[in-house]
Amino acid sequence: MTFVRAVVERDLKLYMRGVVDLIGVWMFFGIAIAMLPLSIGPDPDILSRIAPGAAWAIALLASMLSLERVFAPDQLDGSLDLLLLHAPSAHVLVLAKGFAHWLVTGLPFVVLAPVAAIALGMELRGVLPLAGALLIGTPALSLIGTVGAALTAPLRRGGILAALIVLPQTIPVLIFGTAAVSETLMGRDSGAYFSVLGAFTLAALALAPYAGNAALRAVRS
Amino acid sequence: MAKALHRLANPARFLRIASPLLPWIAAGAAVCMGLGLWFGLVESPPDYQQGDAARIMYVHVPAAWNALAGYAGLAIASAIALVWRHPLALVAARCIAPIGACFTVIAIATGSIWGHPMWGTWWVWDARLTSVVVLLFLYLGYIALLHAFDEQETGERAATVLALIGAVNLPVIKFSVDWWNTLHQPASILRFGGPSIDPAMLLPLMLMAGGFTLLFAYLVIIRMQTELARRRVMALRRTALAMSPASDA
Repeated sequence: MTFVRAVVERDLKLYMRGVVDLIGVWMFFGIAIAMLPLSIGPDPDILSRIAPGAAWAIALLASMLSLERVFAPDQLDGSLDLLLLHAPSAHVLVLAKGFAHWLVTGLPFVVLAPVAAIALGMELRGVLPLAGALLIGTPALSLIGTVGAALTAPLRRGGILAALIVLPQTIPVLIFGTAAVSETLMGRDSGAYFSVLGAFTLAALALAPYAGNAALRAVRS
Repeated sequence: MAKALHRLANPARFLRIASPLLPWIAAGAAVCMGLGLWFGLVESPPDYQQGDAARIMYVHVPAAWNALAGYAGLAIASAIALVWRHPLALVAARCIAPIGACFTVIAIATGSIWGHPMWGTWWVWDARLTSVVVLLFLYLGYIALLHAFDEQETGERAATVLALIGAVNLPVIKFSVDWWNTLHQPASILRFGGPSIDPAMLLPLMLMAGGFTLLFAYLVIIRMQTELARRRVMALRRTALAMSPASDA
């Protein structure tokens, strides 16, 4: 536990040291949202209908932008060796890394995405479901993303590749995340969608450490 | 089974077994596809609703089957490579990937060509179509990761892990996409329900499926031969370089 806390604190410190990059991720989200009305047209009917899904999809894309900061810098300067040496097991390190990544690129969108969705015309009663779905679903995204980051750790510019291999794996989260919101907005019982979303996160929590461990072993010989 | 696998791990032995088989596989593919095309294009009746456009099925369906089976093959080869450190399975996996991706593209393209006269549109975001697009991206991601590393071996190991993650996740993705489709679209008229297929159409379909499968196997083995030959050349070059007197310079 102390190890997890130490890694998370260290990662947060590093993220904050390069906070421009982080702000860039959040800004990307804002700009991409602003591009939607510009490209699709200002029709409130269309925009309000796509609002929750657009917020979800763009938050997902934005969170992929920072994947190359999860393992690659540590691999480059050798600190990943030390981390693995001191970790109770590589699995714990993967979990800690995933958690730190979620804190900076998952959690912020729990707040930002509902704001963006409202700006696009989503009804106010969609705020809680959207924030809730993101809160439940984004940990799965960060965990899957961490595995992708591990697979591309030694690459100089692995960011795009990491996103490329991670995005198809996140489709289930995206589908159930948006369905949870839109079903609630349509006044239907959406409990099942939140449950499935939670199941994805729990499954990712259980499996990602093993996949991440295998990934780190594979690329660091 | 494990023993048989280990026997095949020797590339030389694999080539001894596979190379003589190759012409037979090629001949089988040619015969199956020739007969399949004859029965499919000439002997079988046009569909009573779709007319001659239904004949695209004889290319489309076998390509789609092989695209799926190819990913299964990729996943199995990757699992064998990871569990038994089977060197030839790694070669097989990397050779299956581009061919599987090509078959996926064929399935998507022929489906579009068929969809345009039948549905009046090149593309719909139907569950099946979307799943196949995802499959294509899984293939492409595998290939991209495979070639991303300076060291071929590292790329292979990384891609192996990715293939297995994809294989575990694929049923979940498929299930989610089906779910998504029933959620966002009313009962689809595009479904392939109805009475089972007529024998006059089943025969060419099966022939073509057999032909495509043999063609797939043929292409994979050819690629594996090429890859093994390339590795041999590289190894020989390294040895030659190490032994040449100029290597001190």
